[in-house]
Amino acid sequence: MGEKKLMRGNEAIAEAAIRAGCRNYFAYPITPQAELLQWMAENMSEQENGTFLQAESEIGAISMVYGAASTGERTMTSSSSPGISLKQEGISYIAGSELPAVIVNIMRGGPGLGNIQPAQGDYFQATKGGGHGDYRLIALAPSTVPEAAELTFEAFNLADKYRNPVIILADGMIGQMMEPVELPSPVDTSDFPSKPWATTGKNGRKSNTIRSFALGAEDLKSINQDLQEKYRKIKEAETRYEEIGVEDPDVLLVAFGTVARIARSTRRLAKEEGIDVGIFRPITLWPFPGDRLSELSRKVDTVFTVEMNAGQMVEDVRLSINSDINTPFYGEQGGVVPDPSRILEEVKKYV
Amino acid sequence: MSEKAVAENTGKMKKVFDKPETLNDQQFSYCPGCHHGVINRLIAEAIDELGIQDTTVGTAPVGCSVFMYKWFDIDVIQPAHGRVSAVATGAKRARPDLTVFAYQGDGDFASIGTNNSAHAANRGENITTFFINNTLYGMTGGEMAPTTLIGQKTTTSPQGRTAKDFGYPMKMSEMLAELDGPTYITRQAVYDVKRIDQAKAAIKKAFRFQMEDKGYSLIEFLSACPINWGMDPAEANERIREEVEEVYPLGDIIERS
Repeated sequence: MGEKKLMRGNEAIAEAAIRAGCRNYFAYPITPQAELLQWMAENMSEQENGTFLQAESEIGAISMVYGAASTGERTMTSSSSPGISLKQEGISYIAGSELPAVIVNIMRGGPGLGNIQPAQGDYFQATKGGGHGDYRLIALAPSTVPEAAELTFEAFNLADKYRNPVIILADGMIGQMMEPVELPSPVDTSDFPSKPWATTGKNGRKSNTIRSFALGAEDLKSINQDLQEKYRKIKEAETRYEEIGVEDPDVLLVAFGTVARIARSTRRLAKEEGIDVGIFRPITLWPFPGDRLSELSRKVDTVFTVEMNAGQMVEDVRLSINSDINTPFYGEQGGVVPDPSRILEEVKKYV
Repeated sequence: MSEKAVAENTGKMKKVFDKPETLNDQQFSYCPGCHHGVINRLIAEAIDELGIQDTTVGTAPVGCSVFMYKWFDIDVIQPAHGRVSAVATGAKRARPDLTVFAYQGDGDFASIGTNNSAHAANRGENITTFFINNTLYGMTGGEMAPTTLIGQKTTTSPQGRTAKDFGYPMKMSEMLAELDGPTYITRQAVYDVKRIDQAKAAIKKAFRFQMEDKGYSLIEFLSACPINWGMDPAEANERIREEVEEVYPLGDIIERS
């Protein structure tokens, strides 16, 4: 590991990407992720073969990612909710063509223009598809700035390993907050595995094609089956979560990202009142750690989900828990961040 | 010298015509009289003659352009509809050592992708764009495009295009020539031998500009779509000469090398 620095979330994500060997970054300005773009503008040009390009649009940016990723180079784009909606066409093509790429969503309030406050309203979009067709993104949800850097670094490895787009799903709070970060040491880009599938000029080999197009029904079915098989492998090997006090809690609280961080304060407040609140924090939102949650749910009467949306992850929580225990939900929207004591009030209804 | 004389002189038959190395053995599936096949072949010949087959990446998106990957023996990326200029930008920026070209129809380049097309041109991206203008959407069934001529009947302008409802034929090449970014913009046709020779020279020039790092080139081709025009191939060629060239004149529009 490298040195420790006080950094804003957006900057830590950008710097971690550079250290992971990302040399191609294409994006369009939007709040609250502007510092990420600005950091890249300043620092990417200092890298050998580094490309920073402010695209004409979000659609342009994700299409540039498609082109750069086709050559096998590590590539990233970032945006916030409305911009991520615009990128969905390209994301579907990237997933369909099995290209490695990293997409960062610093979520803000929606729907529509919404506002620039932190929110978690894009859970469905990130975990259930977002664009057209049957595909999945590996969705990573950091709850602190150091973790945002760590997961961004890891996202490039996962993307390369599975030839699959990875989305970092953070919110405006993580993007804007400053925390001490221990940055990873820069990788040696010459150590990356070879990518024989990439379009780098045929140069003596058989020519390569990057495409999501297959006119015949059986051909496209077979491509889809291969994708589903890959998703099963990812589910098996890459599901990640964090558990705090889940041995025998009165209530098990499920939360991701910023809310999981607030849940820790709720746990402390609850302890003062003699209530044991356990926390289960999915780190991969897809694949969702449903099997582990199902196991844990057998020890409790209540699995309580809290989100900064109207109830999105709670659907996966309820699908995972195959019993008739309580599965209440509490959510805040529009950029309102739930207060630890307010969460405790809700929790107490089930104790 | 007669073929017989050649055979007698050399002891064997001399091959005077062959397919370019850059094309594989797959047969084109374009409709009879369609110009895509001629243009594809010219691009392949240019790649052969410049010796860049091993280092060229083509990008060809949606519509009749999509089949390019089937018969070109080079690396090909298939982007989303309209996104070709941006995808080619990404590939070229990531690997400036490659020769990257975009091959797009008029719906792609001049309608759904106008934003991407114009900005790649304005940045002077060091790519080569082939823009196939057949004045309608070929694959989806002959719908009106921004390039459709006034009065032209298509499946979505059955009474003929009117300027009042649908605007005017979009002159992308002239429009982009107003920008400071592009290096070379030209409009070509392939309906006779003279024009085929000129078109091929333009293709080679555009590739050379890219190889010399001189920036953005655009070659617009006036292309026939006899099936959707309801014409036989000879009539379709005649239509380009008589009608289409009136609106979209042939020749170099800018060259700033």
